[in-house]
Amino acid sequence: MSHQFPAIIVVLPLVVSFFIFFSGWWVKRAGYPLAVGALICCVFLSFSILISVLGKGPIHYWLGGWEPPWGIEYRIDHLNAIMLVLISGLSMLVAVHAKKSVERELPAKTALFWSLFLLFITGLLGICITADLFNLFVLLEVTSLSGYSLIAMGEKRAVYASFRYVVIGTMGASFYLLGVGYLYIATGSLNMADLSQLLPDLTESKAILAGFAFILIGLGIKMALFPLHGWLPDAYTYAPSAVSAVVAPLMTKVMAYAIIRVMFTVFRTEFPISILQVNDLMVWFGTLAILFGGVMALSQRDFKRMLSYVIVAEIGYIVGGIGVANFTAMQGAIFHIVNDAIMMACLFLVASLVMYRTDGHRIADFKGIFRTMPFTAFVFTVGALAVIGVPPTCGFFSKWYLLLGGIEAHQWGFVTALLVCTLINVALFFRVFDRGLYVHSHKKGPDITEPSNNPHAGEAPLSMLLPAIIVALAILLIGIFNQFIVTNVIHFAVPVGL
Amino acid sequence: MTELLPIVIAKLNYWAYIALMMIGLYAMIAKKNLVKKIIGMSILQTAVILFFISIGAKKDATIPIIVHGHEGGSHAARAAEYINPLPHVLMLTAIVVAVATLGVALALVIKIYQQYQTLEEDEILTRLQDE
Repeated sequence: MSHQFPAIIVVLPLVVSFFIFFSGWWVKRAGYPLAVGALICCVFLSFSILISVLGKGPIHYWLGGWEPPWGIEYRIDHLNAIMLVLISGLSMLVAVHAKKSVERELPAKTALFWSLFLLFITGLLGICITADLFNLFVLLEVTSLSGYSLIAMGEKRAVYASFRYVVIGTMGASFYLLGVGYLYIATGSLNMADLSQLLPDLTESKAILAGFAFILIGLGIKMALFPLHGWLPDAYTYAPSAVSAVVAPLMTKVMAYAIIRVMFTVFRTEFPISILQVNDLMVWFGTLAILFGGVMALSQRDFKRMLSYVIVAEIGYIVGGIGVANFTAMQGAIFHIVNDAIMMACLFLVASLVMYRTDGHRIADFKGIFRTMPFTAFVFTVGALAVIGVPPTCGFFSKWYLLLGGIEAHQWGFVTALLVCTLINVALFFRVFDRGLYVHSHKKGPDITEPSNNPHAGEAPLSMLLPAIIVALAILLIGIFNQFIVTNVIHFAVPVGL
Repeated sequence: MTELLPIVIAKLNYWAYIALMMIGLYAMIAKKNLVKKIIGMSILQTAVILFFISIGAKKDATIPIIVHGHEGGSHAARAAEYINPLPHVLMLTAIVVAVATLGVALALVIKIYQQYQTLEEDEILTRLQDE
């Protein structure tokens, strides 16, 4: 049974998604338990896959028993395994959290929401598990299409934001598909392992070069790398809060995973680094993304919009870390994919909690949350400290590896950008702390009882709060056990040849 | 010009897909009307699909079904006699994806029209700024 797990982990949420969609016509309430049940199963499956990979090395699974390169192969090594755990774990927590928030924000569409939510997770899990370039395209579009519809369910402006995302995202997907076509012309194969055998002999070919460029740009659009990030802030700001809590942390990180996969598994390490020297370019784009994201985040008044620009900056960290391309920086980049997903999930969950109480996600809505919503404020503090990079939280350690890698490679621009962005993040989150903490200090007289005048005072319901607290604890635990995680998992996830 | 012509004719399928792709990209970027943007998007996807289909074709080749291969078909099939079916099969999936994308995009356009009573991008943007 356990050797079928790689197929089950993708098929299970897919089947349940369709089941929820059709059962939604009769039983609206079935969506939530079914979705959470399916995701809990996914968490177990992904953990057992991770343990098996840690114990016995990479898993190869041939769909339908067809051998690669003819059939579709699922190949799971340390990098995939940790991504699977990350996706299923976070999405399960967000799903538990989402129940009340969805009932409140999308009362008429709960069944549709759960169906699309699971479809989105199916796509993400599929992207991380597949070893076939075309299969990756299909799952990428499954993810994107469900993502578009989920985002469009949001506030009034969400529909137009989602439309822009559709147009730009489809461009990215088409570029990716075209790049895969070029690789197919030159090699006649779509299997990643097979391609990596065939491609080193063809490094002179212009078609390979064009294919590589198209794939990188296509994935760059999907992951909102700095000059291609235009769709992201609107889409993530206006999406329903439960949606941004799952789409924002996971979508861009999974694309970063796909870029690592294509650059270092499909093309061997020598091609992008020694022959094309694309990594220098990536460091520069990463640096620009960090600075741009940081500065834009500073000028926002909306909490979710600010977080969206923080994501742009965080993508810069990851891309820069990939571009620095030594062992330490790559460890940092992979660790940062994991950490950043958890940090962003944590902060978007806070946004959702505040939204539930105040019906808004502007920074002004955080007024006095340290008094009215102490647990939410605790979760927010942990998330904010992690993004800034304060030691016991996980954000510090991945940044540390990125910095060390940058110094080793003498990429001073990137190192400076990392440090500057840390300072910007401090300013960024202290604006929110300021709102949350010191609301009374400069007020006098009757205004002092203001929080109790607020009709929505108090914490959000426990089912919403608990997942957020678990995510916050995960940030602390990953920070404390970072050495264990890095030496046992991340160490082996770094691509060969670095 | 005399040297250029054979190059164009020899790789006509590639030139056709490049032209289609540029038309699609132009429409997506430059057109103000949202439906025209969607048309451009559809042309772009079709260009990629046609590109894939054209790379499967071979001169003087037939459909990839081995005649009498079922019984006594012990003779070796020569790959040059058959077109490559794999890109075509891939494109069946890509067409499904393209149709789904088109469906989502059109559904969004309907919702946008209900909200703003217009499909011109600049009018929508001024509305968004007014809010």
